[in-house]
Amino acid sequence: MSDSKYFATTKKGEIHEFKEDLRSLDRSKKKEAVKKVIAAMTVGKDVSMLFPDVVNCMQTDDLELKKLVYLYLINYAKTQPDLAIMGVNTFVKDSQDPNPLIRALAVRTMGCIRVDKITEYLCDPLQRCLKDDDPYVRKTAAVCVAKLYDINSELVEDRGFLDILKDLLADSNPMVVANAVAALSEIHEVSGKDVFQITSNSLFKLLRALNECTEWGQVFILDSLAAYQAKDSKDAESIVERVSPRLQHANCAVVLSAVKVIMKQLDLIQDDALVRQLQKKMAPPLVTLLSAEPEIQYVALRNINLIVQKAPQILSHEVKVFFCKYNDPIYVKMEKLEIMIRLASDKNIDQVLLEFKEYATEVDVDFVRRAVRAIGRCAVSIEKAAERCINVLLELIQTKVNYVVQEAIIVIKDIFRRYPNRYESIIATLCENLDTLDEPEAKASMIWIIGEYAERIDNADELLEQFLETFPEETALVQLQLVTAAVKLFLKKPTEKPQQMIQLVLTYATQETDNPDLRDRAYIYWRLLSTDPDAAKEVVLAEKPVIMDNTTSLEPSLLTLLLGQLGNLASVYHKPPEAFVTRSRMAVQRAEDLAPASFEEEGPISAGASEAMPGPVAGPEVQSHQPDLLGDLLDVGEPTPPAPVAPTPTPPQPTARPPAPPTSNGNLQELLGGLDINAGAPPPAPVAPQQAGQADPFGSPAVRQDQAGGSSLRQLLTADRGKGLSIFGTVARVGGQPVYQLRFQNETAQPLDGFMIQFNKNTFGLAPANQAVNVGVIGPRSSGSASVPLVQNPAMVSPAQAPPTLQVAIRNNQLGVAYFNDSLPLPAILVEDGKIEGSVFVGSWKSLPEANEVTQQLPINIGSLESVRARLAAANLFVMAHKQVAQTNEEVLYITGKAATVDTPTQLLLEVRYSKAIPGIKAFTKSTRPDLAPFVFEALPALLT
Amino acid sequence: MACACSALYFLNLKGDILIQRTYRDDVERNLAPAFRSHILHTKGNDSVANLTPVRVLGSCSFLYMRQSDVYILAVVKSNSNAMLAFQFMVQTVNVFKSYFGGEFSEQSLKSNFVLIYELLDEILDFGYPQVADSSILKQYIFQKGFVTEATKLKREQEAANSTLQVTGAVGWRKDSIRYKKNEVFLDIIETVNMLMSNKGSVLRCDVNGKVVMKVFLSGMPDVKLGLNDKLEDVTFHQCVNLGKFNTEKVVSFVPPDGEFELMKYRCQDNIVLPFRILPIINEIGRTRLEVNVTAKSSFDSKLFALNVVISVPMPDNTAQAEIQTTQGKAKYDPKKHALVWKLKRFVGQSEHAMAATVELIATTREKKPWARPPIGMQFQVPMFSASGLRVQYLKVWEKSNYKVEKWVRKVSKSGDYSTRI
Repeated sequence: MSDSKYFATTKKGEIHEFKEDLRSLDRSKKKEAVKKVIAAMTVGKDVSMLFPDVVNCMQTDDLELKKLVYLYLINYAKTQPDLAIMGVNTFVKDSQDPNPLIRALAVRTMGCIRVDKITEYLCDPLQRCLKDDDPYVRKTAAVCVAKLYDINSELVEDRGFLDILKDLLADSNPMVVANAVAALSEIHEVSGKDVFQITSNSLFKLLRALNECTEWGQVFILDSLAAYQAKDSKDAESIVERVSPRLQHANCAVVLSAVKVIMKQLDLIQDDALVRQLQKKMAPPLVTLLSAEPEIQYVALRNINLIVQKAPQILSHEVKVFFCKYNDPIYVKMEKLEIMIRLASDKNIDQVLLEFKEYATEVDVDFVRRAVRAIGRCAVSIEKAAERCINVLLELIQTKVNYVVQEAIIVIKDIFRRYPNRYESIIATLCENLDTLDEPEAKASMIWIIGEYAERIDNADELLEQFLETFPEETALVQLQLVTAAVKLFLKKPTEKPQQMIQLVLTYATQETDNPDLRDRAYIYWRLLSTDPDAAKEVVLAEKPVIMDNTTSLEPSLLTLLLGQLGNLASVYHKPPEAFVTRSRMAVQRAEDLAPASFEEEGPISAGASEAMPGPVAGPEVQSHQPDLLGDLLDVGEPTPPAPVAPTPTPPQPTARPPAPPTSNGNLQELLGGLDINAGAPPPAPVAPQQAGQADPFGSPAVRQDQAGGSSLRQLLTADRGKGLSIFGTVARVGGQPVYQLRFQNETAQPLDGFMIQFNKNTFGLAPANQAVNVGVIGPRSSGSASVPLVQNPAMVSPAQAPPTLQVAIRNNQLGVAYFNDSLPLPAILVEDGKIEGSVFVGSWKSLPEANEVTQQLPINIGSLESVRARLAAANLFVMAHKQVAQTNEEVLYITGKAATVDTPTQLLLEVRYSKAIPGIKAFTKSTRPDLAPFVFEALPALLT
Repeated sequence: MACACSALYFLNLKGDILIQRTYRDDVERNLAPAFRSHILHTKGNDSVANLTPVRVLGSCSFLYMRQSDVYILAVVKSNSNAMLAFQFMVQTVNVFKSYFGGEFSEQSLKSNFVLIYELLDEILDFGYPQVADSSILKQYIFQKGFVTEATKLKREQEAANSTLQVTGAVGWRKDSIRYKKNEVFLDIIETVNMLMSNKGSVLRCDVNGKVVMKVFLSGMPDVKLGLNDKLEDVTFHQCVNLGKFNTEKVVSFVPPDGEFELMKYRCQDNIVLPFRILPIINEIGRTRLEVNVTAKSSFDSKLFALNVVISVPMPDNTAQAEIQTTQGKAKYDPKKHALVWKLKRFVGQSEHAMAATVELIATTREKKPWARPPIGMQFQVPMFSASGLRVQYLKVWEKSNYKVEKWVRKVSKSGDYSTRI
């Protein structure tokens, strides 16, 4: 007899038939009908209309039938909340049944039904069951508290269930303890409240239960122990001693959770010999995880990746176990490869290289590419092995397999970067394969090599010329490299041919292309070359910092966090839980606890898995992947670290850059600051700044200074509020950069010094470049002025609020800290090149959604058009057009400007309608950031009257 | 958190739902279509990210594995324990197999869906694994059929009494077991994995062993097992006292009734490789291969291997092969693109060879170089342990002091045993 027959009924009218059978008095017929209903439910048919009939079958002695009805209830109660109440009586009765299995079944099921009326009736049975004599009932009730918390947390707190749960931690039955731990851990995590704190007292109980409870219970307990912060080395040692036997458990989850607890305590243990012994002890269990199912292997490998980042010595002798088996699934192979690279050292590199070489001949193209990259990464990270790696790469190039050759060239470029002037003899071999290159990245790498070593390649000009023939068709990546390589060639061999070449390239890149990056780079080179070729040489041919292969390493704080998450999804994705868990109930302060920048960098979560897989991009290539204007210009190509905190090599320029802005573009100013840029050959063209916060290098500072200098300072702090110090100031824009102009009036009888300034987060993300305010000592009853340069820092951005205010704190050594509010004038962040074409204005206005339009009436009268134009222009707002509307006798001004908002600049579009006859104006503004509208309206009165 | 899943699905290879159980309300009811369109149908896509068994789709994580013709899919919303989820799936499959007479397939799931729902209600609660051990579950969840009303009542009574034991410290054994003849069977089963280069050097080699017991003992016996090796890398069934093993190096346990896997171990050092393969493959022109394969056995000459199969991969464009062997039968298998050489019996300390001339179909287009997959080998060597593990003693102690018959066997089998060419 098989159940599969229940799935066979697909005839019409079956619902009616079910109904009749359910009402039948024949018990077996009734049961058959319920089974059919459940089968229909399983395959996704809607059988909710049978609700009353099914619930009628609930009252039965047949446990099997009862369970089926309960299952039906769990699925459909929500759709029929009023009818669900019919079941309550049976539930309550069952919860007092003499059979513990039925008592447990009743609370278990009630907890799964999310209907308020049922939940009300759950509390009393739950209270009884938590104190039931039977451990099976208690363990079920413990989990039920977590269910109830999920439905209605207040009920749990009001009824004191949390305290009962805590009491269960001392229960005599280990499974009850384990489930209580699971429930408390969950409530602790979900609520963000401190409901479950392991103390040294409860710790002892948990460790005792650990030895006796089921394998799953052991995981619950170990996972909760991972959150425990040991007091001292001794405390940690005793935990590890009790936990380490778990490493021998057959259950992989127990083993990994035990590893998690031990890894956490290891940091605290001071006895080095013990630490080494424990590390040695962890290796075999970790390796054993690799003999389980491939899916388990995958989770294990992702975790081992984290563990060896922290402590490579644990598995340093085990590299062989990570060799790929021919039949391993591809996702396992890729992870193994990653760990092999991490464990490679000059001791085992020969073996590892043989493996990589073997993999490079396999059929899976992705895997082959990854293997070739692996060789390159080993060369970059293990100096002693570099030569051997290169030899293997050369052998692979000889195979002439197209994608192998291209991949090899890409990694050889990195090796050149890492070890300059050492292996250039192989360039000739590379050049033999020029014709086979068809992938942009490989081409770009080869071009980089030609440009970089132009002086050693006799026919470098011919080689480059070959590539230049197809310049217009190439991808941006290749074009950018071609421009740079042509410049390098010209600087190194300033003969006729390269000169022609560079003319050609730069002309094309500045005139024919649509790509702003390419155009900008070409312009900068052009100006650099025509102004001062020697300076150009110093910039373009500057010595490059050494690269490292650290792109796939995680930032230390993230790594620590993830090691505390071993086994959990976070450890599989290599992302903090907040990045993929969306839970509105999560307390806000918890979200803020994490480093804000660490994750924003990593892209959208939908790419989760692919992000988490260490991408095929080894570090050094990042340069060519994300053309960063400055980086490429200098040809520094810093390997962009995955997270901002990782150490980056500093560019070799003498730097005195403001410390605050995290954008590397700060350097651009310095780089170009000393040059008279407007003298350059091509006319200044509109240049789109790459990023907010970057000052426009082509502006003419002198003019701006005067205009901005004219703005008057407002009193921000009166002497009586400021303990005798009054402060005047305003945020203005000077020399294409926001500054805070300040004047201090010392009314006290003592000299004041040590002035420091700080801002609160604000809409524009403005922050002082330097905390120290350069006013020196201000004598008694005298005053001093300062102009504090401001920078925009993404970390300082807060959502727009109205009215737009800037909270400022200023301290000095004598009077302490003074706080005050200032306004946040929009013109401070309006950039000089905000002018756009009329057609662009119209196009953008139309393309922006209606919802982005904000309107306000302002009680002002427009002054003369000429002076308005001038004042607007001084504030970097540009009048696009002025027209008269004949019918309404209205005049309209179309105005635009570009605000340097953090991340991407915002083009502001503004329409001002006014009529001579009626006082007041009507202003409409539209942009991608409607939240900026209040700032616009705030700024208008001063500019338009 | 230690929750394994919010919902558990069993789907067939087309992605149709066979069984589904939702444990938490934080995921949508029916995620099977998402699984089908985003995971099953992207398999052909060669991006590796599409192939991993843990994926984020929308706000949920999908963890899945395939067992025979069934996909098991766990869906979670929180940062749950992924290792727990997979381990749980593996053990759930074992529970089902144990209930369904060793079978786990689309058909067996459909045929037993009522029982499965009952089990799913018991093994997970709110996504937390509770019990996934068939010897425990069978104490209170029964196979249906053949029960009369009377026995059923008795069983339910027993089941009601079993709760103490199920949740207790020795959950895996009840104390009312009686046998007329008390017997213990102990099998050491070793799987030998090896990868050898074509030059004959061993690149990787390990033995995955397990000790499987069949226990027919009365009462609550204490069993102690002594092994010759000091095992470093070993994992035990939950019945084994791990603390004692850690301090005294004795495997001490109260066994479950019937068959169970006592321990698993792995070793890498001092392994006796039962076989070595020496291949010589020459490509002669573009249309011919000369293949010479020699297999040598290195175990004791009193022992012998059974069912030896050596499979030598050939290029896809193989037309035919002429083969000679010193023992056994060999032929070209066009489905596997391999020369398959079978030897029913292979005596220790001996050597056999196969020589073949293989003709290839000339292809006009530029062909990719042949990937040269490794030569695979299958075998079983009874009474041989590649790791050298021996049972030194097996002691059973029970308060009634009965006589016990003990049987110890061992066998070494091939795992991934390959030689590169």
